[in-house]
Amino acid sequence: MAYSKELLEHYDNPRNVGTLDKEDKAVGTGLVGAPACGDVMKLQIKVGVDGRIEDAKFKTFGCGSAIASSSLATEWIKGKSIDDAEQIKNTEIAQHLSLPPVKIHCSVLAEDAIKAAIRDYREKNGRTAGSAQTADAAE
Amino acid sequence: MTIDRMATSGAAMSGTQAGNNKPHLPIYLDYQATTPTDPRVVEKMLPYFTEKFGNPHSRNHHHGWEAEEAIETARAQVASIIGADPREVIFTSGATESNNIAIKGVLRFHKDRRNHLITVVTEHKCVLESARHMEMEGCEVTYLPVEQNGLVDLDRLRAAITDKTALVSIMAVNNEIGVIQPLKEIGALCREKGVYFHTDAAQAVGKIALDVNAMNIDLMSISGHKLYGPKGVGALYVRRKPRVRLEALIHGGGQERGLRAGTLPTPLCVGLGEACAIAEREMPAEAERLRYLRDRMLKGITKALPEVYVNGDLENRIPGNLNISFAYVEGEGLMMGIKNLSVSSGSACTSASLEPSYVLRALGVEEELAHTSIRFGLGRFTTEQDVDYAIEHVVAAVRRLRELSPLWEMAQAGIDIKSIQWAEH
Repeated sequence: MAYSKELLEHYDNPRNVGTLDKEDKAVGTGLVGAPACGDVMKLQIKVGVDGRIEDAKFKTFGCGSAIASSSLATEWIKGKSIDDAEQIKNTEIAQHLSLPPVKIHCSVLAEDAIKAAIRDYREKNGRTAGSAQTADAAE
Repeated sequence: MTIDRMATSGAAMSGTQAGNNKPHLPIYLDYQATTPTDPRVVEKMLPYFTEKFGNPHSRNHHHGWEAEEAIETARAQVASIIGADPREVIFTSGATESNNIAIKGVLRFHKDRRNHLITVVTEHKCVLESARHMEMEGCEVTYLPVEQNGLVDLDRLRAAITDKTALVSIMAVNNEIGVIQPLKEIGALCREKGVYFHTDAAQAVGKIALDVNAMNIDLMSISGHKLYGPKGVGALYVRRKPRVRLEALIHGGGQERGLRAGTLPTPLCVGLGEACAIAEREMPAEAERLRYLRDRMLKGITKALPEVYVNGDLENRIPGNLNISFAYVEGEGLMMGIKNLSVSSGSACTSASLEPSYVLRALGVEEELAHTSIRFGLGRFTTEQDVDYAIEHVVAAVRRLRELSPLWEMAQAGIDIKSIQWAEH
């Protein structure tokens, strides 16, 4: 199985490894996957007053593809508004890392982790927090 | 033609390059998957491809006799390492075929009166699939569980044998965890109950002392490429006294006592024979050397890393196997971090199926720990430098990946991972 250069690069030099204070109101935490299934991702975002993600951190238990997918996810969402971050699709992650078919679920998990972190942030700060749109306008 | 063993093995297999102590990368640590063919074996095989190419079944000319003589020498070498009579050894394409012949052959011959097979859940897939196939042909199969150390419980085996039981098939050494089943006790029990005992000894021959008579083994499967012989050849031991009756799977010119038709591949048979002869000669010293390396590796790893667990019994185990779970670090993720080490993982991610190793699960190893297992297989060309390099890089990779692991972080914070509601996916 040959992995892409991008994937190996993220595995060897993962971006944004670490932990944010999950008690901080500005921090949203997503924890997805399960140890029994062989992959767990923890992805955290810190949202600024302007609604932009000013910091993102991750930790992942999983194969190289899972580590690379979550590393890439944090890189992509940093600086984005949470609305924009929410639009990131697993297929874009899979394509960027050239994930083989058996590893597509790693990119799905990364997308889930982003969404879970945003959901947690909104639950702490009200449904429309950080969003330009109102809850009703959003689909 | 001679091959300089050092020169060949130095470049292709042995970890150490001549002139310095740096290991040759990548390092092969997967000797339970396959072994390189020993250059001494290759040397013995070569003439039988070219000048001594005769059909060993040609009974009327020099070329045939020459090949036949080589075959019979090889047969005697194979028989010798297991304490058998050469007439009890038939050549096959490998242990998978041998296991198929033993299980299907015995059950098909006896199933009118005895249609029950007993085997074990940790067997190799070719035994389990042969058993499943015989279920489809109307046989009954009992799959015995194993204890936490990977060994079968003899009382459980005794209780499973009925007057319908034709065959007990229990592997000598497990391919994933290297544990050695109590062959002598199983053989005595089978003989007492009047049922045949077959053992898949692919991982055992040349690693541990085997004696088909002392152990009351009636059928034994042997693989060439697991003991530094060539791929594509194996053998099946079939006892003559008391005679084991079985049906052939492959029909043709009546070769191999009518049990396995087809022209024998003389070079491969010669290779298997020579591999057995070398293994028989070198086994005691080699076992001691490997045990030293294996213990060095285990000590080196456990001294540097907490929460490391050996899977399977450490005492009743071949010296060249180490199967370790590195808690909180997923196996395939770890393998990517030790690219210069060729090892195997029990993690689901390394195989097509989504389940982690069924062998580890059968020991009661929890799924999350099964996902973190790595099998290190040490063998004839593994050096101390290889082992030291492996220790250093495994320890560094596990440390790095634990820093990356949310589960390690939780464990350090005293959070019980089992208390969390995980969304299974």
